[in-house]
Amino acid sequence: MHSVEYFGYRGFLAKKLMDLGAKIGDLVVVKKPGLVAEGFLMPREALYGDKPILVLKLSNGYNIGIRVDENTAVEVMEKPRKHVLPGKRVVRGVEGKPLPRVTMLSTGGTIVSRVDYETGAVKPALSVDEIMEWIPELGGIAYIDAREVMSIFSEDIEPRHWERIALEIYREFEKGVDGVVIAHGTDMMAYTAAALAFAIRDKPAPIVLVGSQRSSDRPSTDSAFNLKAAFLVAARAPFAESVIVMHGETGDTYALAHRGVKVRKMHTSRRDAFQSINDKPLAIVYPDKMEIKVINNIIEHRDKSKQPVLENKFDDRVAIVKAYPGVDPEIIDLLVDRGYHGIVIEGSGLGHIANKVIDSIRRAVEEGVAVVMTSQCLFGRVDLYVYSTGRRLLEAGVIPGSDMLPETAFVKLSWILGSKTRELKEVARLMTTNIAGEINPRLTIDTFPRWRY
Amino acid sequence: MSNKYSELGLKVGLEIHIQLDTMHKLFCKCPTKLVEAGGEEVFERELRPARSELGEVDVAALLEWRRKRRFKYYAPPEASCLVEADEEPPHMVNREALAVAIAIAKALNMYVPDEIHVMRKVVIDGSNTSGFQRTCIIGLNGYMLDGERKIGIQTLCLEEDAARKVGEEPGSVHYKLDRLGIPLVEIATAPDINDPEQAERVAYKIGQLVRLTGKAKRGLGTIRQDLNVSIRGGAKTEIKGVQHLYLISKVVEYEVVRQQKLLWIKEELLKRGVKPEDIKDTVYNVSDVFAGTKSKILRRAISRKGYGVYAIVLPGFKGLLGVEVQPGRRFGTELADYARVWGGIGGIIHTDELPGYGISDEEVRALYEKLLADPSRDAIVLAADREDRSREALKAVAERARMALQGVPEETRAANPDGTTRYMRPRPGGARMYPETDIPPIEVTESLLREADRYVPEPLDTKLKRFVEVYGLSRGLALTVLNDLRLDLFEKLVEKYRGRLSPTLVASTITNTIRMLKGEGISIENIDDRHIEETLDLVAEGVIAKEAIPEVLAELARNPEKSAREVVKEKKLVSISIEELEKLIEEAIEKNIESIKEKPQKAFNIVMGEVMRIVRGRVDGRVVAEHVKKKLFSLLRQ
Repeated sequence: MHSVEYFGYRGFLAKKLMDLGAKIGDLVVVKKPGLVAEGFLMPREALYGDKPILVLKLSNGYNIGIRVDENTAVEVMEKPRKHVLPGKRVVRGVEGKPLPRVTMLSTGGTIVSRVDYETGAVKPALSVDEIMEWIPELGGIAYIDAREVMSIFSEDIEPRHWERIALEIYREFEKGVDGVVIAHGTDMMAYTAAALAFAIRDKPAPIVLVGSQRSSDRPSTDSAFNLKAAFLVAARAPFAESVIVMHGETGDTYALAHRGVKVRKMHTSRRDAFQSINDKPLAIVYPDKMEIKVINNIIEHRDKSKQPVLENKFDDRVAIVKAYPGVDPEIIDLLVDRGYHGIVIEGSGLGHIANKVIDSIRRAVEEGVAVVMTSQCLFGRVDLYVYSTGRRLLEAGVIPGSDMLPETAFVKLSWILGSKTRELKEVARLMTTNIAGEINPRLTIDTFPRWRY
Repeated sequence: MSNKYSELGLKVGLEIHIQLDTMHKLFCKCPTKLVEAGGEEVFERELRPARSELGEVDVAALLEWRRKRRFKYYAPPEASCLVEADEEPPHMVNREALAVAIAIAKALNMYVPDEIHVMRKVVIDGSNTSGFQRTCIIGLNGYMLDGERKIGIQTLCLEEDAARKVGEEPGSVHYKLDRLGIPLVEIATAPDINDPEQAERVAYKIGQLVRLTGKAKRGLGTIRQDLNVSIRGGAKTEIKGVQHLYLISKVVEYEVVRQQKLLWIKEELLKRGVKPEDIKDTVYNVSDVFAGTKSKILRRAISRKGYGVYAIVLPGFKGLLGVEVQPGRRFGTELADYARVWGGIGGIIHTDELPGYGISDEEVRALYEKLLADPSRDAIVLAADREDRSREALKAVAERARMALQGVPEETRAANPDGTTRYMRPRPGGARMYPETDIPPIEVTESLLREADRYVPEPLDTKLKRFVEVYGLSRGLALTVLNDLRLDLFEKLVEKYRGRLSPTLVASTITNTIRMLKGEGISIENIDDRHIEETLDLVAEGVIAKEAIPEVLAELARNPEKSAREVVKEKKLVSISIEELEKLIEEAIEKNIESIKEKPQKAFNIVMGEVMRIVRGRVDGRVVAEHVKKKLFSLLRQ
């Protein structure tokens, strides 16, 4: 079926508008029995393009939808004037004061936007000028350079993208920057943060991932506050680890710098969705006071003399399987038969899965597939010695994931298989070695959230 | 007189916001109620508007942004959730609210679009946590009849109410989130209204129409009225927040006078040959002129570090600052408003009111000398505050003075309780609006229209018929009730007290009793629906007699926070029993036995008078009369 598409409109309405030569922003008049409406033609959201409804912006700013059929007359009255954009104010670092140099690499997602009130479109604004115009306070924190390295929804990010991002960061380190900020979609941000912790060894400066939970076109966006905190951490933090910087609580009071290998997105929408699991955050950040309060041990310290080493190959044949009642052992068999190199299991409790699956796991290990056990409880450490099922799993060759998050174990396994080795004994050794803080040998009482009733 | 107003070219438009009494808020499942108790979460935020494509900034928004404020939000869990905290995307538009809004639009003969689009209207004064208000247009191009005339109803919008301000401290405004998200219908008329009484009438009719759907919230703050007023040669002034219906005509009258007076001032300035370039922005530090002053205000400013006394010259303005433009408010008051809003200072002092405030003639002379101003022609305005604030304030004063040469500036003003108005901010530019993309457009389907039909108000003649034929009201009383603001309360209470209280009593209480109390000087605007209902509850329960109603309501008007039960207890208005009554009658007869024997024909009056004095309000007068007669009868037989 041939379907014409025109600015989101489809079918006969699309054809009607095309024939009129009507463009978005044109002043049009719509006449139907009982109605004469005048307004600016607006685009239609593609998802709703099937209905023959014309969207107009009225002179009072409101949009309405008018159903169009054969009896509806549509006329173009006026074309819009071309707007001359006023010269933009360029604000860079404060002159005379030597400031740290920080590069922001954007991977997609609009952490800064402009709103076109005429069409209602929200457009990304990622140039340094646009960022500085919106957050002039950054001028007191660092000299900023900004560029886009990819433009992708974070839910579409794959291991090969981590390889690319790591390479770009490595290049920045070679240039001698004092910190790198990565603007990233929040959905998969923790995965990327973990990947970068492993992909570059001996980092001279911090890698700071930042995103926004509330879109940046809205005045209440968490984006500006997060960016201020992120740039501050990138410019001044005493650590050189891969971290995520986001709101620490719902108010705009403090941000937290979480170790990338220990952080997880724990809420679909809240500003303080990112929380450290089985560890404390590295630091509390007060961007308005320009203060970074380190509250945990630093594993990699900032040191410009360090020579970073790039180990950025990731294996994309790794899967995560969740344990649940009735989980079919065939799922493991299928993965093995499809040539997967690694499987991370989100086991139940201390790291268990139904006993009937153990045979398939044994077979996988025999075929050279690394199987790592973590817990879907997220909090706490797996221990396969306590119960018989756990012991059977150990016997079958499962690698215990300690207190690693399933997501972090997935990234680490992918990194080991891609950059280090596929030899199972070595995989097991590396998996159980603490490389970037992903394993916390001491879980104190206060590393579990408290709900208030 | 409407003639006078039509000569002046008076045009008034109304914008009425009425809260809807729906089960849930407009974009989430929270109840639509206000919460006073503590125990809430509190958090702080800043708002930062995104750049617009054209790099323009809305003038009113610029003012807010310059104030650089933080906002503190109180989030009671009984009436707010993550949506109000801007921590969760909005849910689908409340269908009940949609249906009610469509019903009202249809009752106002409006066109309802085939598809409704929710928009984001940028608001950065902190009253919306997201930095915008979600609003959608439900009706366009309707009308209502006022007698023979058609008053155009331009738009009907369904939108969320804002958070309510609960406090302020330097650099921070505090809001509570219980009100945020309650559905509002906003009805805007065309400027077809031409006199103050008509404005009040149309406002009343619109309010009544919405109340008749049965879905309007009642009580203080549930209805907000804004007016647009202009006269020929003047300017369209937006007046926000006229709290009471009966203030509307007064506000319009005063605004007409204000604009006329400002036009007169413009003419006077032209006569005096004053030109805009004569009014300079130069602000002088005149602290040394007042080094030895007796004025406390000025001394305080001079003694503080970073503070001082500053001045600006308004050439040709002598005598004009003292001109009254509203009852109790002069042109100088207008300048003070600008100083307050733009500079953040408490007020100004100007030469039209000097000598005064402890400032002497000599100091005034010295001031004119220092500033090289002409005491017979020029006015000088002083600010005594921190330097930066004083300078901002006086620059704003100069700007306002320049505007005076053009006549009436376009402003947004706030209504005061006495009907006068004060400057609030410049009129905003075109609303910064863009689509709310978290919510898909809503198709107005047949099923939605049918749901809306349920709320279309019953025609008034149908009601009249029912009131007379079924409820037994007299036609006069029925008409009075139909025209009362509490019509919907009447219908609700008649159902509630079916079989226990007569509809006539309910109607009479709501209309005649209230009117009577007003006549006695009681502040009836303090009487809420709940006061009336509680009082009638007590009558229905037999706790008080209907005679007690006026006294209970009067006491509640004086102490609105009390309950009817408390008042009845305090004032000992509880009904007395028949035994008590009989005892009182016997006592009264005994007391007056001599007079009764002397003038038996006056016996009834004497005893009635005595007993009623004691039991007034606590028992039906007819019951008393009955028992007095019985007692006297049996006495006579003896």
